[in-house]
Amino acid sequence: MNPPMKLHLWRRFRFSASHRLHSAQLGEDENRRVYGKCNNPYGHGHNYVVEVGVSGPVDQATGMIANLADLDAYVEREVIEPFDHKYLNEEIAEFRETVPTTENICIEIFDRLRRFPQARLERVRVEETGLNSFEYAGELGGATHE
Amino acid sequence: MAGDFLHFMVYLTRKIEFSASHLYHNPAFSAEENRRIFGKCNNPHGHGHNYVLEVTVAGEPDPATGMVLDLKELKEILQREVSDRMDHRFLNYEVPELAGQIPTCENIAAVIWRLLEAKITRGNLHRVRLYETPDLFVDCYGASNGEPARTSEVR
Repeated sequence: MNPPMKLHLWRRFRFSASHRLHSAQLGEDENRRVYGKCNNPYGHGHNYVVEVGVSGPVDQATGMIANLADLDAYVEREVIEPFDHKYLNEEIAEFRETVPTTENICIEIFDRLRRFPQARLERVRVEETGLNSFEYAGELGGATHE
Repeated sequence: MAGDFLHFMVYLTRKIEFSASHLYHNPAFSAEENRRIFGKCNNPHGHGHNYVLEVTVAGEPDPATGMVLDLKELKEILQREVSDRMDHRFLNYEVPELAGQIPTCENIAAVIWRLLEAKITRGNLHRVRLYETPDLFVDCYGASNGEPARTSEVR
């Protein structure tokens, strides 16, 4: 019998959405200076990619950490369905208070997925474009897992 | 130079591809359970993927060569241990290391870790990342060293 291995299962999802970076804590000029083009009052959009990493013991009967159908359905319901083809600033309640930067999107997605029942949520990685990405591993920063 | 006094841990990653077929079926389950749990992956004729394997080795570069380990050597290990065993094979029937296991990405990654760990003698095997498709992959970090089984309770 082989010893249990430390394994993370990753799944990649996509959604497209618009946003505007504008902070209520900053003045008009300051917003334009800090956010540049992203402060355009009409907003703009991205094709986001979300990678969700979970861990847990591999069920010997199925060979799986979590059934993909369960993970897919959970992420679809909690994140993709509410976020896809939406204006994040208006249609996601949390982003009426916080600026929908990809940092904050990453944290919000992590919070929406942390109760996934079949495995432990390890990390969320979000690509805003193919050229920039952000990762969040919870309050502990993933320090206990890596 | 600074290297005489400081330690520089470097992570080196080599990527290979292999193509293989598999199917998911547990003889302990009924035919109906197998279909319900494994879905399309339970097709008795099997199906295939182009797997992408990224192997990361951690270590300090040898001051004489500037290398953690010779990439040529790593390439040969990957060829011998992984490609020769798994490329263009039916994983359920042709890879003895997977006998009796469902050849999921989790189990294949763990088998690859065990095969490589014994062969990589320079640096330390840090991570095995196996992509079954671009949208599904597994990271293996080796034996969990008696870490308690993870539960999904909220932190």
